[in-house]
Amino acid sequence: MSDTPALEPGPGAWRRLAAGIRPGVTRAQILGALLVAALGFALVTQLRQNNEEGLSSLRQSDLVRILDDVGERRDRLASEQSDLQSQLRELTTGANGSQAAIAAARDRLGVLGVLAGTMAAQGPGIEVYIADPATAVRAPALLDLVQELRDAGAEAIQLGQVRVVASTAFTDVAGGVEVDGTRLTPPYTVLAIGDSQTMATALEIPGGVIASLPQTARATVAARATLTVSALHAVKAPQYARPASPASPSG
Amino acid sequence: MIPALGLIAGVVLGLVLQPSVPIWAQPYLPIAVVAALDAVFGGLRALLDGIFDDKVFVVSFLSNVIIAALIVYLGDQLGVGSQLSTGVVVVLGIRIFSNVAAIRRHLFHA
Repeated sequence: MSDTPALEPGPGAWRRLAAGIRPGVTRAQILGALLVAALGFALVTQLRQNNEEGLSSLRQSDLVRILDDVGERRDRLASEQSDLQSQLRELTTGANGSQAAIAAARDRLGVLGVLAGTMAAQGPGIEVYIADPATAVRAPALLDLVQELRDAGAEAIQLGQVRVVASTAFTDVAGGVEVDGTRLTPPYTVLAIGDSQTMATALEIPGGVIASLPQTARATVAARATLTVSALHAVKAPQYARPASPASPSG
Repeated sequence: MIPALGLIAGVVLGLVLQPSVPIWAQPYLPIAVVAALDAVFGGLRALLDGIFDDKVFVVSFLSNVIIAALIVYLGDQLGVGSQLSTGVVVVLGIRIFSNVAAIRRHLFHA
């Protein structure tokens, strides 16, 4: 153990080493053996311990530090998670809500458009052709026809090139009928979307609209699987009337 | 020869018994092992120097182990246990290197 710097020649050193490890039961050998055995034992134990154990061999302060780190990291991740979740909720409800609102608004727009006559309509229905060479069919007869079709459940009606809506007016003019300011001349063609059988029956019933037409006029009713009411009605924004309750679900 | 056999016996005993280190000893055992290694190399060097003394070896071995453990214990109590452990390991490592260098010079003249 002393720091003797003197370097002995090799053969001496080897001889001393050989003498040191020569088998011989001396007190020095036994003591050295015991201590070195303890060292080997401790070494192997520690190696095994170190291999198999991670956290359990750390001291308390290290464990506290690691625990702190893990806790902080968990807190950060938790807040990030809640942020992301709220973002996700926002996005999904926002997307769903606006999509649903858009879809509902589209549906409503379609329904109202068909009713108000601002959109073309398509569906099964009937086509009524009125030949009137003598121009004997006057406005009241056409109005009766339209009313009968409405009663029979017609959802969209087109007379000539005019869409028939709630405010449609029929006026007698020379050589024809003026419908909503558009002059129509015979022959008249009426398209009505609805239950074609019901409408045809309503028109052709004895004593009904077609039977009441003037003698010179002749009407034919043809059921169509699909017909298109393409004439549009120009809606004027109401000048005085305002919706009483914008949220009231009427329609 | 007998110390070498003792080392082998210790290693075998550790492998066979597979003891677990008690928790109170866990911070100190690695330092104690390094200190004991230092003592062993020091003893080997003393042997080659021709000044080996069994009493000195036993005392240095035990004192090395005890002092190393004591320093680490003190460091733990002061809150600088890990740093002191590192310091002890560095010092012992330097000593082991110098002892091994001396042994090498003795045996190989290099």
